[in-house]
Amino acid sequence: MSDLSILSLVTFLPLIGALVLIVFLRGEDEDARLNAKRYGLLMTTATFALSLFLLSGFDPANPDFQFVEEGAWLGGLTFKLGIDGISLPMVILTTFLFPLCIAASWSINDRVKEYIAMFLILETMVIGVFVSLDIILFYLFFEAGLIPMFLIIGIWGGKDRVYASFKFFLYTLLGSLLMLVAMIYMYSETGTTCIAACEGEAAGLLTHEFDHSPITLLGLEVAGGVQTFLWLAFFASFAVKLPMWPLHTWLPDAHVQAPTAGSVILAAVLLKMGGYGFLRFSLPMFPVASDLMMNFVFFLSVAAIIYASLIALMQEDIKKLIAYASVAHMGFVTMGIFAANQQGVDGALFQMVSHGVISAALFLCVGVIYDRVRTREIAAYGGLANRMPVYATVMMLFTLASVGLPGTSGFVGEFLTMVGVYQVSTIAAFGAAIGVILSAAYALWLYRRLMLGDLIKESLKQITDMTPREIAVITPLVVLTLVLGVYPSLATDLFAPTVEALLEEVKAAQAASTQLAATSQ
Amino acid sequence: MSDDFATITPEIMLVLGAVSFLMWGAFGGGDRRATLIVWAAAGLMAVLGFWIALNGGGTVTAFGGSYVHDDFARFAKTLLLLSGALILLLGERYLGRYGMQRFEYPVLILLAMTGMLIMASASDMIVLFMGLELQSLALYVIAAMNRGSVRSTEAGLKYFVLGALSSAVLLYGVSLVYGYAGTTRFEGIADVIAAEGVSLGLTFGLVFLCAALAFKVSAAPFHMWTPDVYEGSPTPVTALFATAPKIAAGILFARVVYDGFGSAISEWQQVVVFIDIASMFLGSIAAIGQTDLKRLLAYSSIGHTGFALVGLSAGTQAGAEALLIYLTIYLVMNVGVFAFILTMERDGQPVGSIRDLAGLASNAPAQAMAVSILMLSLAGLPPLAGFFGKFFVFKAAVDAGLVPLALAGATASVIAAYYYLNIVKIIYIDPVEQPMDGRGHLLHGAVLSAASVVVATGWLPFLGGFGVPEYAAAAAGSLLQ
Repeated sequence: MSDLSILSLVTFLPLIGALVLIVFLRGEDEDARLNAKRYGLLMTTATFALSLFLLSGFDPANPDFQFVEEGAWLGGLTFKLGIDGISLPMVILTTFLFPLCIAASWSINDRVKEYIAMFLILETMVIGVFVSLDIILFYLFFEAGLIPMFLIIGIWGGKDRVYASFKFFLYTLLGSLLMLVAMIYMYSETGTTCIAACEGEAAGLLTHEFDHSPITLLGLEVAGGVQTFLWLAFFASFAVKLPMWPLHTWLPDAHVQAPTAGSVILAAVLLKMGGYGFLRFSLPMFPVASDLMMNFVFFLSVAAIIYASLIALMQEDIKKLIAYASVAHMGFVTMGIFAANQQGVDGALFQMVSHGVISAALFLCVGVIYDRVRTREIAAYGGLANRMPVYATVMMLFTLASVGLPGTSGFVGEFLTMVGVYQVSTIAAFGAAIGVILSAAYALWLYRRLMLGDLIKESLKQITDMTPREIAVITPLVVLTLVLGVYPSLATDLFAPTVEALLEEVKAAQAASTQLAATSQ
Repeated sequence: MSDDFATITPEIMLVLGAVSFLMWGAFGGGDRRATLIVWAAAGLMAVLGFWIALNGGGTVTAFGGSYVHDDFARFAKTLLLLSGALILLLGERYLGRYGMQRFEYPVLILLAMTGMLIMASASDMIVLFMGLELQSLALYVIAAMNRGSVRSTEAGLKYFVLGALSSAVLLYGVSLVYGYAGTTRFEGIADVIAAEGVSLGLTFGLVFLCAALAFKVSAAPFHMWTPDVYEGSPTPVTALFATAPKIAAGILFARVVYDGFGSAISEWQQVVVFIDIASMFLGSIAAIGQTDLKRLLAYSSIGHTGFALVGLSAGTQAGAEALLIYLTIYLVMNVGVFAFILTMERDGQPVGSIRDLAGLASNAPAQAMAVSILMLSLAGLPPLAGFFGKFFVFKAAVDAGLVPLALAGATASVIAAYYYLNIVKIIYIDPVEQPMDGRGHLLHGAVLSAASVVVATGWLPFLGGFGVPEYAAAAAGSLLQ
C-alpha cells in the first residue's frame, strides 16, 4: 500500500462503511440487528488495523507532517491531510476506542442500523479533525461531528436526552462559529488556508506571523492586537469543546443522558479535539497572544480543577461525577499547553491520551452496572464487591488511575504538567496539587459507596459479575493504562520531537515580540 | 434589429408558448387539458434552460444596451428555468388531487418566468420595471388560485396590495434616478456617478430602489407579506414563491447595485448591511415559534435572503460570486424540501404542521434521512452544502472589511440552527402520533433524494462542488466587466 492513500483510507473507511450499511442492510429482526453490530465491529477494527500502518510507518524523530496528501478542493481551498507527532496519538486513540465502543453497545436493540451508522460517521469526522491540514477542512470535520453526536444522545439517550442534546449542540455551535469567522479572517489576511505551507506557497498559517501590535478599540488598548482577537475566537470554540470552566455546563448533561458508548466517545475523544485545537492553532499561530493570556488560562484551569473536584464530591449520579472529574482532568491539559515548555506540553498530550483511556474505561464500568440495575444513582448501589470481584478489581484500578496513582498512566500526565507549570507559575501548580488531593477524595469515596460495605439492597442480591464480553472490552484498556503508567516513553517518544520543534518556534516568536516592545520604548 | 430579437429568443419562445397554451386551454378542452399543459410548459422551460446553459458565451447586448445577455444572466436564467420546470411538475399532483387543476396556472407561470428572465437581463430601469411587473402580476393571480379558500384569496390580495405599493416605491425611485442622472440606462447612470459623484437626488432614488427590491426578495424590514402569502397560497405556489422569484429578485438586486451604482458603493452598502442583519436575525428568531411548516419556511427564506445579501453587501466580485453560489444552494435545498412537503398528507387531506413529521423516521426512513439532511443543510452545518454557501458569503464580507457583519451572521446562524434541529428532533426522536400516508409520484422521491445527495456530497474533493463555484466565478466576472 502506498503512503499516499493510507491516511485518507483510515479517515474515510468508516464513512464508506456507514453508507454501505445504510444502503444495503435491510430488515428489523434479531439477525439484522446482530449483523449490523458485527459489521460495525468489523469496520472499526479494520480502521484500527489500518491506523497501525500509520504508526509503523511514522518517523517520530521527524517533526514535520508525514503521510501528506494534497489536492485541490472547491473554491480555492485545498484538501490536505497529514499527521505529525501531535495528531498521531489522537488518531490511534480514536481508532482504538471505536471498536470497544461498538462492542460495548451489544445491549442496544433500538434502531441498531442507524446507531452503528452514526458511530461510523462520527469516527470519520473525529479522525478528520486530527488529520486535516487545511483550516476549513478542519472546521468541516470539527462541526460535522456534532450531527451524529446530537442524534446519538437524542435518540438513544436517557430521560432528558432532548434537552441535553440541544444544549450540547448549540453551545458547541456558538463557539465554533466564532472560530469560523476568525478562520475566514486568517484566510483573508494570508490568502491561504493551509496549516503547513501548501504546494506553490511560501508559508502556511503555522509560520505566518499575525499582527500583534496593540490596537485601540472603544477607548481600550488591546495588547496583542489582532492576535488576541483571533486567539479569543479560537478559545471560544476549544474552551467549550474541552470544556473549560465556566463553559463546561453542557458536559454533565450530555454525559448523563448519552448512552454508554456515546459517553465513552464524548469523554475520550471529542473532548480531546479542544486540547488538540489549542496545540495546533492557538499556541503556534498566536504565540504572543498565548503568552499574554497564560495567566488567564492558568486561572481558569485551576478554577476548573478545584471547582469541578468539589462539585464532583456532591454528585449523586455516577456519570455526572465522572463528567466533573473529566472537567478537572482537562484543567491539567490546558494548564500544561499554555505553560509552553517541554514538560508542560508533553504532559498535556500524555494526559489527553491517558484520560482518553481512563475515562473511557470508567464510563464502560458504569455501563456494566447500569445494564444490570438500570440506574446511575450512587445511593442505589453498595457492597458490589461481594458479588462482583472481577468488576471490583477493574473499577479499583481505574479509580486509582483517575486519582493519579504512580504506576498508572494518570500519574504521568498530571506529574508532567505540574512540573511544567511549576516552572512558570508556582501558584498555579500549587492549586493543581490541591485538586489532585480532592480528586482522591471524590474518587475513593465513590468507590467506597459503590463497592464496599455489606450488600444489603434487595435489587442487588442477584447481580452477576462481568461477562466474558465485558471483560474482553475492558482488558485492552487495563493493559494500556498499566503499560503507559510504567513505560510512558511509549507515548512521549512519539510526540516529544514535534513538541520540541513547535515550542522552539513559539519561543522565538515570543522573544522577537518582547525585543520589539523593548526597542520601541 | 434581427440580432436584438435573436438575443431574446428564449423570452419570445416563452411568451409564444404561454399564448398558444392559453388558446389551447380556452378553445380545446379547458381544465381537462391542464395536466398536459403543465407537462408541455415544464418541457418548454427545461429545454430553454438547457439551451441557454449550453449555448454561447460572452456578453451580448440588445436594444441599444438596455438588455444584456452575459454569463451572469445565463447562470441566472438556467437556474430559473430549470427550477421553474421542476416546481411546476412537482406541484401537478397536488393540484390534481385537491381539485385546483386550472390550465391558466402553467400559462401564468410561463408569463412570470418571462418576467424573471427579463429581470435577469435588465440593464435599464424601464426594462427592469417591465420584467418585475410582468412577473409580479402573474404571481398575484396564482397566489389566489384556490378560489374557494379564504386564506388563498387573502394571500393573493395581501400580496397584490403590498406588491403594488412596492412597485410605486420602485417607480418613484426610478423617476428620481432618471431626473438626476438624465438616463435610465445602468451604464449611463454609472457614467454620471463617475463624472459628477452621487447627488442627493440620486441617493434618494437609490434608497427607494433598495427598499422596493428588498420587498421583492422578502428581506426584513420589508418582509411582512411573506409568511401570510406562503401560508395562504396553495403549496405548489408556495414552492414557486420560495424559489424562482426570490432568485430573480436577488439577481436583479445585484444588477442594479453593481451595474448601475457600482461606484456609489458607500451609498448603498450600509443600506444592504442593515437589511442583511435585520433579515438574518428576524428570520432566525421569528421562525422559532412557528408550527406551520410553510410559515416556518417563509421565515427561513427571510433569513436566507439576509445571508445571501451579505455577499452583495461586500460589493466585490467575490461577493457576487458568493451570492450566486448561495442562491444556487438555497434553490437546491428548497426544491428538495418542497418535493417532500407536496407529498405530505393524511387520510386524503394535505397536512402541513411540523408536528405531522413525528414518526417519519420509523415510517419512511429514507425520506426522513433526506429531509433531515436538507434541514441540517439549511442550518448551514458542514459538510453539507449550506455551510459552503455561508462560508463564501462570510469570506466575501471579511475580505471587504465587514468583520462585524460576519460575526452577526455567525450569531444568527446559531439561533437559526435551533429550529432546523428541532425539525430533525421531531422526525427522529418524537413519538409517532398519527403517521402520514401520502405517496408522491416517483418524481417527488427522485427530486428529494437527488437534492439531499447533492447537498450531502458536494464537499467531496473529486466532485468539486458540481462545478457551481467555477460557473459562479465566471458569471460574477461578467457582471463586473
